Amino acid sequence: MAVCIAVIAKENYPLYIRSIPTENELKFHYMVHTSLDVVDEKISALGKALVDQRELYLGLLYPTEDHKVYGYVTNSKVKFVMVVDSSNTALRDNEIRSMFRKLHNSYTDVMCNPFYNPGDRIHSRAFDSTVTSMMTQVC
Amino acid sequence: MADAALFEFLHTEMVAELWARAPDPSPGGQKTSLSVLEGMGFRVGQALGERLPRETLAFREEQPPKEVPALGGRVLDCPLTLQIGDHWDQRGGAVGSCSRPPPHPQWYTALCPQGTYILQDNDFPLLVRMAAGPQYLEEAPKFLAFTCGLLRGTLSTLGIKSLVTASVTTLPACKFQVVIQRA
Repeated sequence: MAVCIAVIAKENYPLYIRSIPTENELKFHYMVHTSLDVVDEKISALGKALVDQRELYLGLLYPTEDHKVYGYVTNSKVKFVMVVDSSNTALRDNEIRSMFRKLHNSYTDVMCNPFYNPGDRIHSRAFDSTVTSMMTQVC
Repeated sequence: MADAALFEFLHTEMVAELWARAPDPSPGGQKTSLSVLEGMGFRVGQALGERLPRETLAFREEQPPKEVPALGGRVLDCPLTLQIGDHWDQRGGAVGSCSRPPPHPQWYTALCPQGTYILQDNDFPLLVRMAAGPQYLEEAPKFLAFTCGLLRGTLSTLGIKSLVTASVTTLPACKFQVVIQRA
């Protein structure tokens, strides 16, 4: 069950951040911010490989004592960062991948909205509801 | 497929509408309408760029182009080709046939500096309905502006700044020239 989901633009500013326990939001914001370094490192490492085959999913970025951070990058270098509760050990890699895929689809829909300007904060209700379903789903 | 026809109709109406409102025949008035169309295409291209599958994506340095003397040029077999090819298909570039898609528009490098690609389409769907031959040559550029913007938008989503222009000598064949601007 995701605790925090963030969408970061190519220029490394947030397009969308949402976390579940709203009283400790700042901690999650910091976590997401620090994970950006790891994301950048992974992207540049991949860039040296010959062809990026389906390497949108970056995997576990780093674990902390009670949270794990996963990353995903899209074609246009927009990054998705997801923070998950470590106590939830039943959450497998495949499930994280499918969550990211849903997020990507939702994001693509937001992009296709002609009233949305790329680079703005995301206010779409459909996107909100996708994120909510991921944050409260029972695994 | 019905989707292709819908888009063609919409596109025709877009062009008609822009030209109905601005009867200003001087080049100045034309330019505004053309840039409006190109801007629309750009935004759509940005959105389409997000949907492209990852494999076709990586724009690498040009691999040595293969010589294809029959085409009178060199076919560039780089991932950019695949990407734009797929992209063309997505836009309903194929006219009609469901059995086998017509050959992809051919990319080849012109004899110009590195970083220039030319996409030649001998059967451009938006022009096919208009005429076949040199008739209506001066009307043709209006119908190409949107597509130029589309290509530019998709490339920009992938992080490639480019400049796309189009030229027509005989309908329905047309050429899109893509100049990649390298920092």
